[in-house]
Amino acid sequence: MAYPGFTLLEGDVPQFGVSAFDSRPLFPSQGWQTCHAATADVPDWCATWQPTWTDIWITNHIFQAVLGAIIVIAFWLIVTNKMRVVPSKVQWAGEYVYNMIRNGVARDLIGPNYHKYVPFLVAMFSFIIINNLFGEFFLTMFPTFAKVGFAWGLALLTYILYNAVGIKKHGLLGYLKLMTVPAGVKFPIILLIAPLEFFSNFITRPITLGLRLFANLFAGHLLVMIFVVGGTWLVTYTNNNPLYNVTGVVSLLFSFAIFALELLVAYLLAYVFTILTASYVAAAEADSH
Amino acid sequence: MTPLDVAASLKVVGYGLGAIGPGIGVGLIFSSVIQGTARQPESRGMLMGTAWIGFAVVEALALFGLALAFIF
Repeated sequence: MAYPGFTLLEGDVPQFGVSAFDSRPLFPSQGWQTCHAATADVPDWCATWQPTWTDIWITNHIFQAVLGAIIVIAFWLIVTNKMRVVPSKVQWAGEYVYNMIRNGVARDLIGPNYHKYVPFLVAMFSFIIINNLFGEFFLTMFPTFAKVGFAWGLALLTYILYNAVGIKKHGLLGYLKLMTVPAGVKFPIILLIAPLEFFSNFITRPITLGLRLFANLFAGHLLVMIFVVGGTWLVTYTNNNPLYNVTGVVSLLFSFAIFALELLVAYLLAYVFTILTASYVAAAEADSH
Repeated sequence: MTPLDVAASLKVVGYGLGAIGPGIGVGLIFSSVIQGTARQPESRGMLMGTAWIGFAVVEALALFGLALAFIF
């Protein structure tokens, strides 16, 4: 009994969704196909088998991220192509998103010289929201940032940006002083405050930035999976007790509410990531703490 | 094995307990923002800026809990 895409454990009981977060290669090698076949018995040499670099790097999730980048680039090229005073529908939608980030995020948080950060923030917002919406799109069905590596990549980008901005404006020592010594703290207390501020600004900031994006989408996708996969299993479970099947139907119906929640989370997380990037840049650029 | 068996784990319960504090904290932050905005609607932008930073700091604790629940 083979269940494609599901891992078989404990004899013939399919563990639905166990491998749902694993990346699958787009062009699997012969060894991958043999060792990841959905059968209980694989050849012995699979114990020492190593995946090839195409199995590791050219996967569906990396493809999703690249596709997201292409969609974002194409969207903004289409929006800014042939701009008119009376906007077309696409131009109107693009301007709406652009204005939201420009006025609501960049101008409010960064202050007077916000112009040079707007392209980065808009690109980051659109990239994150596209990748989050992949979690609700029926062909991909997986938010890219539910793999933690992608979230670390974006957090690293923000980390480099705000540190570079701060060092460029204040110099290395001035920037370190700005980030670790709050204004108005006297000598003995500073020994206690400075390490804490350093820890908070340089270590927990990037970690929580990446982890927040990852954890929300991971938990959201897990929730969707529990209701959909578990509901499917309960509906098809053959037992003398029909309560299982009724529970399954309720679970499947409730999964629509979870999907609606995920749409909200997809937008909210993209917005929060952008707004935190802007506020970190603003803190690095500020004249005093 | 019946489908309704639940293999419980104490670390997940620990995460649930750990999420109580940040939950209250996030609620307090945004309730204050709502009140401040209601009293002085034009200060919304400034309030939200501070609120997001506070939200980030508070929510970090819940995120650490989630990460630790998976790691250990």
